[in-house]
Amino acid sequence: MPATSRDANLRFRTRLFTAIVVLSNVAGNSLLTHGMQKLGDPGNTPLALIGALFHPFVAAGVALLIVWTLSHMALLSWADLSYVMPVTAIGYVLTAFSGRFILGEEISVYRWTGIGLITLGVMLVSRTNPVSAGESPR
Amino acid sequence: MKWFLVFLLVAATTAGDVFRSMGMKHHGEIDDFRPGAIGKALGLLVKNRYVIISTLAMAVSFFSFIKLVAIAPMSFAVPMSAATFIPETILARVLLKETVNWQRWTGALLIAAGVVFISQ
Repeated sequence: MPATSRDANLRFRTRLFTAIVVLSNVAGNSLLTHGMQKLGDPGNTPLALIGALFHPFVAAGVALLIVWTLSHMALLSWADLSYVMPVTAIGYVLTAFSGRFILGEEISVYRWTGIGLITLGVMLVSRTNPVSAGESPR
Repeated sequence: MKWFLVFLLVAATTAGDVFRSMGMKHHGEIDDFRPGAIGKALGLLVKNRYVIISTLAMAVSFFSFIKLVAIAPMSFAVPMSAATFIPETILARVLLKETVNWQRWTGALLIAAGVVFISQ
């Protein structure tokens, strides 16, 4: 495959998998949290924590977090950790919004500032090459 | 208890991400997404020692997280896990030998600062 075509393919695949990683993580965490809050504190024993996995919202959250794990692994097979980690941090912003608009949690001025800083950081890192300079995707 | 769980979450997530990245680079780029190819890749990955260590660390991270969200709001618990950005960026440079330019360092610092604010 010519270098430019390969670069374009890599960029497209990186963006697609970044979107899957972020959305599955945000939706998975939201469902998991909703389920855990409905369930209450399950206790400290491993069996009690495993038992919590059978709650429908918790189970749906876990299923989406499995999608997150597999897509995250695929993304890391070619992209740098120091690229993937910050770029997927936009999920924290989406999580804060879902906490506000779905779960009705308050977002203070401090939290809005945090959301702004995280967004700025993500924008900065997303401008870099997903694969370390001088190396072809492994 | 809340801060102990945050510490456990950050340490386990950092270890999990670094070993996962190490394992996936060791495995090689995944660019064939047909079911058979995915099954073959998964068969190899379950035997990859870095991926095994990563999975164990992620399991600790996961159970710390669900325990944390049971006793704290999601908008506290989830952003707290972003405290991994600094140690992970350092380990990406030192252990994974990635090229971490100023944009990545600044981005990681901005996000870490964002976490401090978002957890207020």
